[in-house]
Amino acid sequence: MSTFLNLTVYGLSDGAILALAALGFVLIYKATGVINFAQGELLLIGGYTLYLTFVVFKLPLVLAVVVGAAIAIALGVVIERLVLRPLIGENPISVIMVTIGLAALLNALVQIGFGTQPVHRPRILPDDPVRFAGAQLPLDRLLVIVIAAVVLGVFTMFFRYSRHGIALRAVADDQQAALTVGISVRRAFALAWALAALSALIGGVLLGDITETSPRLAAFGLLVFPVVILGGLDSVPGTIVGGLTIGLTANYISGYWDAGFAQIGPYVLLILILLVRPYGLFGETRIERV
Amino acid sequence: MSALSTGTYFTSYRREWALRRTRAEYLRLGLIVVGLAVLPYSIDFYWLSIVNMILIAVIGAVGLNILIGYTGQISLGQGGFLAVGAFSSALLYQRAELPAPISIACAVVITAAVGAFFGLPALRLKGLYLAIATLASQEIIVFVARRWEFLRDGSAPLTVDRLHIGGFEITRELFEWQWYWILLGCAALSVLAARNLLRSPVGRSFMAVRDQDIAASAIGVNVTRAKVTAFAVSSGFVGFAGALLAHYTETVTWESFTLQVSIVYVAMVIVGGLGSVAGAVYGAIFMSLVPVLLTEFLVPVAGAVDWVSESLPAIENAVFGLVIIGFLLFEPRGLDRLWQRSKDYFRFWPFRY
Repeated sequence: MSTFLNLTVYGLSDGAILALAALGFVLIYKATGVINFAQGELLLIGGYTLYLTFVVFKLPLVLAVVVGAAIAIALGVVIERLVLRPLIGENPISVIMVTIGLAALLNALVQIGFGTQPVHRPRILPDDPVRFAGAQLPLDRLLVIVIAAVVLGVFTMFFRYSRHGIALRAVADDQQAALTVGISVRRAFALAWALAALSALIGGVLLGDITETSPRLAAFGLLVFPVVILGGLDSVPGTIVGGLTIGLTANYISGYWDAGFAQIGPYVLLILILLVRPYGLFGETRIERV
Repeated sequence: MSALSTGTYFTSYRREWALRRTRAEYLRLGLIVVGLAVLPYSIDFYWLSIVNMILIAVIGAVGLNILIGYTGQISLGQGGFLAVGAFSSALLYQRAELPAPISIACAVVITAAVGAFFGLPALRLKGLYLAIATLASQEIIVFVARRWEFLRDGSAPLTVDRLHIGGFEITRELFEWQWYWILLGCAALSVLAARNLLRSPVGRSFMAVRDQDIAASAIGVNVTRAKVTAFAVSSGFVGFAGALLAHYTETVTWESFTLQVSIVYVAMVIVGGLGSVAGAVYGAIFMSLVPVLLTEFLVPVAGAVDWVSESLPAIENAVFGLVIIGFLLFEPRGLDRLWQRSKDYFRFWPFRY
């Protein structure tokens, strides 16, 4: 029972971070139609940005987070402006490839700047164990679940009620119609990338806190793909369901069976889902015309 | 399309279908043949080993271009198929003791079958979903290669005996030199096969599927068959490259078939030019030479500056990313298009167009 509870907490916290990463991915895909292979690298950059502001520049925590967020937003906008905008309307293969190139570049820049070894950053979240139903649960992981839930909630509210959020949904729905009612599609694209970088920053910082800030953060980002396929490439609630499912499955497999199979489990799940429902569980079925 | 030179007329369909149609094309072919024949005598064994790796990459890139460039099906699982080819040829040669040509041929067939199987999701998936499905197949194949004891010699990676065909055996002194001729033959054969395939009805059906699959099915192209065939043919080429890689490097381990390898192959196809056999060749040469030349250039610098020597792999990776981004932003149709444009420039000179 205590193992089960522990695995559940680990799975939920991993899943919550995956959901944050996947949220950015879905946001970009929905608004701009770009499959972003650099999402894991955005997570990585996020983790190292906080290291830079908090440890290297020695800013107080709140200020470090604010400056980190500003850097993440600026990075997102710059990437959109310089790399993705010239490729609007190009074939999907080129767009996918440019994000892969971007991933290689960002990853290399982090390694050139900070080396390949994990860097030491003092923990932000307290990590004392909490007793619950006879199990020792790690407090930091529980807090990660709470923080991620709050952030996801804020993002959902933003899309539902704020002016910019509604504009973003309009662009995702139909770009031409959005243009006719006076929404700036360009600004919406930039906004989507900025928000994606921001959610990746939060994910990267949380992940760095419960594991370590190292170049391996990017590998975690690869799991975003099973998550978004499970949830559907264009569904925001789908990312939460997908993230939690993948996080839990991976942790149960590694806890009860074999850590090796836990790496591959999400991908097998992915292929099975694609065979049954080619547009994911919550994705929109597209009707094609010639 | 580049401009055609004037004065080129065809009086029969046979002439128009021909692989080479003008005297200039024959001249270029002649120059290339002479260049390739002289090459092994003019460079040392270190550079010859790089040329050999390029020749293997050419085979893989040409195969991948059939899938991505001509059929429009993206695949990030190339590393996995390379692994299937390498392991099956190595096992057949080493454990079942089949002669090398037969083991390589079997590897091609096996890889084609595996490729067709992993291509099945392509029947229902498009573009982005397909990219992710092939990514999953890559991860699964590499996982199997990593965990299956059968694919190793105890705890060491699988080793392959030096290549011998009948009475002929590769000698240690002339290793790179002999391999150069074998690999050159294989690469030339692959390029020729691809060129021929793509002017046949099968190749045309690939292109129809790429341009508009629904319209293609309306004019009677069997889309299902075209997609599965494309996956099989392309994987067959990649399996060929994998088998040759296994015999050439004489060890096979999963580490040489990671996702990074798949990405490098896709990069070759994109940098070279989508939908062009020549482009795939240029791309393979270019992407293989960039890291080599970069190391060549940076090692003297690294001796002086510690910082460079520490982050050499990272710098290589950054340049790799920059090259891809640069090509996609400034010449999305790749090296092949650059070559066409430079030809046009001289053809029109002194006029602009």
